[in-house]
Order: sequence, then C-alpha cells, then structure tokens
Amino acid sequence: MQENTDWDIIVKPKSSLFQLNLKEVWAYKDLILLMVKRDITSVYKQTILGPVWMIIQPIFTTAIYTFTFSSTAKMSTDNIPPVLFYLIGQVFWNYFSDSLNKTSNTFIANAGVFGKVYFPRLVMPISVIISNLVKLGIQLGLLLIIYLYYYFTTDSLHPNIYILFVPIFIIFLGIFGLSLGVIFSSLTTKYRDFTFLLGFAVQLIMFASCVVFPLSMYSQKIQNLLAYNPIVTFMEAIRFSLTGNGSFNIVNILISQAIIILFLFFGIIMFSKTEKTFMDSV
Amino acid sequence: MARNVIEILNLGKQYRLGQVGRSSIADDFKRLTHRLRGKEDPFLQIGEENDRTKKGNSDYVWALKDISFNVQQGNVLGIIGKNGAGKSTLLKILSRTTSPTIGEYKIKGRVASLLEVGTGFHPDLTGRENVFLNGALLGMTKAEIKKNFDEILDFSGVERYIDTPVKRYSSGMYVRLAFAVAAHLDPEILIVDEVLAVGDQEFQDKCLGKMRSVSEEGRTVLFVSHNLMAVKQLCTSGIFMKNGTIKSIGTINETIEEYLNDGNIVSELGDIPREMKREYSNGEGYFNKIALLNLNDVQVFSLAFNQPFKVKLQFEALQYIEDAIFNINICNTIGEPILYAVEKLNGNYSFSKVEKGITEIEVVFDIKLLPNNYKFTIGVGHKSGLTIDYLEGIFPFKVNKIGYEVGMDYPWDISNGYVEPETKWNFKKI
Repeated sequence: MQENTDWDIIVKPKSSLFQLNLKEVWAYKDLILLMVKRDITSVYKQTILGPVWMIIQPIFTTAIYTFTFSSTAKMSTDNIPPVLFYLIGQVFWNYFSDSLNKTSNTFIANAGVFGKVYFPRLVMPISVIISNLVKLGIQLGLLLIIYLYYYFTTDSLHPNIYILFVPIFIIFLGIFGLSLGVIFSSLTTKYRDFTFLLGFAVQLIMFASCVVFPLSMYSQKIQNLLAYNPIVTFMEAIRFSLTGNGSFNIVNILISQAIIILFLFFGIIMFSKTEKTFMDSV
Repeated sequence: MARNVIEILNLGKQYRLGQVGRSSIADDFKRLTHRLRGKEDPFLQIGEENDRTKKGNSDYVWALKDISFNVQQGNVLGIIGKNGAGKSTLLKILSRTTSPTIGEYKIKGRVASLLEVGTGFHPDLTGRENVFLNGALLGMTKAEIKKNFDEILDFSGVERYIDTPVKRYSSGMYVRLAFAVAAHLDPEILIVDEVLAVGDQEFQDKCLGKMRSVSEEGRTVLFVSHNLMAVKQLCTSGIFMKNGTIKSIGTINETIEEYLNDGNIVSELGDIPREMKREYSNGEGYFNKIALLNLNDVQVFSLAFNQPFKVKLQFEALQYIEDAIFNINICNTIGEPILYAVEKLNGNYSFSKVEKGITEIEVVFDIKLLPNNYKFTIGVGHKSGLTIDYLEGIFPFKVNKIGYEVGMDYPWDISNGYVEPETKWNFKKI
C-alpha cells in the first residue's frame, strides 16, 4: 500500500458529516453555466412566442388577482396601486416557488445522468436557481414598465434608499428556495410521499407569505408569528423600498437571513449525505 | 515498477431486493435504532451470494463482495464475466456514481468514466451545444472543449449536422458524436463500460484504436465488455468476475481462458467441462474433449475449402459399457443438423465395448463442406436408444472460401448450401 497522502480520491462507505466538497462545486463552474444556458435555451425551443411566455404568465395572474381580491373582495393593498401590488408579489413569489419546485426533484429528475457520470450533484440545483434568475430579470423588466407608468401618473409611489437592498433580498429568496428544495429532494429519493406534500404545500404557503395580502391586514398577534416566515419579511421590505408602503424591519430581516442560512446548511448536509447512495434507492 | 493508481480493498456492495415501501421502512427503522445504540448495521451480517437463477432466503444480496485488487499505471485491465457478475456495479462504484457498502478504494489521477455514451444529451439542443454540455458533464472545462472542438468534430464525422438538434440525428450519428466527446477527454484513468456495441464496424474499429492510443500514452484503462475479441486485442491484464466476486486475476489470455472454461462453455481448445449442462445424460460417461484435425493430426480451428479433416473425441466412461454407439452431427450456426455420421465398422453400423476410463475416438470425414460456419453435435447411446451423453451445438468452426490447394478458391457467395457432392456431368446435343 502506498502512503495515504498523495491519493486524489479516497472513498469509504462512511464519511464525515461535514465533508461537503464545496471546492469541487467551484471547479465545475463551467458546467453550471452550461446547464443554465441549456435550461434557458431548451425550454422555449419550438415555440413561437419563446421567452414572451415568461411575462404573459404574471400579466394574466395579476389581472385575475386584481379582479378577484381587489375589485371584487375589496381587499387592502396598502395604498399601492393594486396592479403593482400583485405584480410585485407575483414576480418575487414565482422566483421563490419555481426555485423550490424545480430543485425539489433534483435526484429523481436527473437520475439518468447521475447514474452514469460523477460530478458534484449540487451543480444541478445551483444551476436551477441561476436560470430562474434570468427569468426573474425578464419579469423585472415588465415590473419596471408598470412601475414607471404608475410613478409618472400617480403620486402613490415613494421609492427610497432601501431599494439598494433588493438584490440581497432576491439572493436570499433564491437561497431559501434552494435550501428547501434540496431538503425535499433528499427526502423524496427513497420515499415519494413528500412529493405529494410539497405539491399543495407551496400553494398554501403562498397565502401565508403576503403575496396577495399586505402584512398590515393581519392582527398584531399574527403579524408577530408571520415575522418568522422569511418570505413575508422580504416581500414587505421589497414593497417598502419600491413604494414607501409596507414595513421594513431590520431585526426581522436579520432573523430571516439567519433562518435561511440555517436551512441552507442543513439542506446541504442532507443533500451530500443522500447523493452518495441515492442511485440505489431512487 | 509503475506505481499503483487504483487500490481497492475488500469492497462490497449490498442491495435489497423487492420494492421500496412499507416493508423497507421497517428495515430502515431497525437500521436507525441500531446505529443510535452504536451497533453495526444488522443487515450487513446477512445477505447472500448474487446468483439470480436461484431462489434465495434473504431479501439482501451482495452484488459485490470481497473485491480487492490494485491497478498499476498504464495497465489496460479487462473485466469479463457473465451478466450479473458485478462488473458494472464495480465500475459504478469506481466512477463514484454510488458508494460501496463496505470496503474502500483509492485513486490517483483524474478519472473519466464512460458508462454510457451521450449522457446528458438534450434532444432539443444542437450537436454543438451538446458537445459543450456533455464535455462539461464529463469534467472538461469550456476552454478544453473549445481547444479540442475541431478534433471532436472530425472524429465524429457529423460535421454537416453539427448545428441541427440531436433529436434529428440517426442513432449512429448520435453515438458517434457522443463517443467523440468522450474520446477527447484527457483522463489519467479511463473507465469504459460496454459502449462499443453500437455504431457500425468502421466506427467500432475507430473507437478501439482510440482506446489503444490512450493506453499507449501510459494512461490506465478499465474496460468491461462481452466482446472477447475486443478485450483480447486491447487489454494487457484481466479480471474474471462471477456472482459478485473475483474468480481470477491474471494476464488477459489466462482470464479469458478461465472464463471460457467456466461452467457450460466449451473452451476454444475443445475442453468440455464436466459441469457443463447436458440435456440428456445418464451418468455412465462423459465427453471431455473435441478437436478438429487436419490429416497431419494437427489441431485446426478453420478449414480451407475442400480440405479433408478428422474429428477427435475423448470419452470418459465411468463404468464398462457393453454396447455404445457414437455419432457426430455437423450443424449450421442456428443448430440445424446438416450431416449425420454414425459409428461404422467395415460399412456396417456397429456397437463398441467401452472400457472404464478415457477412450479416444477418431473419425475421418470424406466430405466437401462449402464455405460457411458450422458447429458439432456429439452423442453416444446404448443399442436400446438410451442416451449416455449428448452435447448440442458446440465447438464452432469455419470453412473458408480460400482453397486447400492453389486454384481451388471458392468463387461464389456462401448461400448456396452446405455440401458439394461428387457429381458427374454429361452433356449431349439433341
């Protein structure tokens, strides 16, 4: 036996819980970029409208929400024009829920590739949240147009300096989707029960995430409870920085970020534990 | 001496049979409680040898067990064995797509594994886009792929289609492009599973040539294939696996010989193993050798057209046999008998007394076989018709189109039949 020091790969059945190989993920950064490119270019192949579909969906959803919740049910939108209120909610919620949904079946959807070639499995979920970022960018373009329309035609919008934090909120929303996604993908490899749970849970969580109702609509007691939902905190903060209405609570934001980091840490550990043997049970 | 680039120690892989469901969660729970109490996994104690033809008692089988070997740098190692021997499981573990249950291994150098061609090819993307994607999946950087792109394109021979989505490709083109990418990886260790089965002969030769040149550059190759010819050409050493364990390790010729001698296969040299499955046999005696000879008594494996030949059999009688009658069929490749030769003495059917022990039987054939591939069926029975031993479709041999003597080459194609009789042709004008 040669001395142990100069081997490149040593594989044993059990490894340390915290052996995460994140350095290896970085070595595969070209693959991440190519996967992102694949996701974006392959989705709209053989369509006529192509990426236009990315903005058609929020337009229609916003129209329906405006009609249902604002015009018919007369719900408050915190003095923000209803169309803008729902569009903001839609765009950022979609980024989170798409990231969650698409990363939650990482192992099952990629079993074919994973079974044949080794690369750090985290490449897949990471590329998903990056390609969703591109979709978000296009939807933000739509948001900007609607925003400017209301900015110049009404005086209900008061953007402020906190707008500089929006990119950070977006990154944390993506990481939150990724964290929950990799946790679910680890859980579902052997027992598929969680796929069914996730299917309707995401829809229900939307109603507890201030996507269609402002936080101010709830009683103080519920508001305190919802502060532990990071999406609520970010959604409110984004609305506040864009319009001056809503709430921007720096303590809640830090708590949310801490919660997300915790989930991310936990998720990556679960994921790297699962990736070693999932091929046998998927 | 070259250094070891792969060291494998006591590697094992256990699988649970049956479906994942409520029963497997009970097992998972048991495993968890054992681990929490600091005990070893209870299911590692059980588990049976992986023989799929037998019904077992346990839900757990060892797809691999006690695998230990080292591979030196520059070695081209062929791994052979029947379906289910554990070859692919071993390659999967070495290429890190799954983990071993027990044991460990170490690798020095960059590994590229080719368990399938075209992994990750997206049907909607063009050939060019897929080359980059597939290359990155196999571990190349974008710059490396760009550098090799022209060579890849040239090797694949699908230049005209490179900007067309791969779903429009023929399956051959698809494989060509995919293998071309893999062939231009620059690994120190290349792991290849049966991927050459597709593609036409020309391309297969090209792939084998590429793999040979990889090994000549001093890199290490692990190659699994059922194509013994390819293994023999390519590999220097071999491992023969059976039911999840290593049966033998040695030079490639030794291991191939071992593999062919194992179980129910008659070896290339004509040795007939006793364990070989026999449809009809009453246990009084067994054939243990068959050979094709030319008239100078030299063993041959193919005949020239029009060449006379002999067949030599060895029969081991376990007891004295009063009235044995031997026969030899020559069959075509699908097993249809063409000729029936039965024991004769001075032109009469005869029965012979066979003493206990080994008897050698030599049969001279006076027949002109047409160029084709043939096999033997051999049998021995009692006068009553009761079969003593019978082996069907063994020991293939070939009759070539090249003549035995100068000028006797067979000019037609081989579909004209099997035997050319002695004939007399008379022509008369009327």
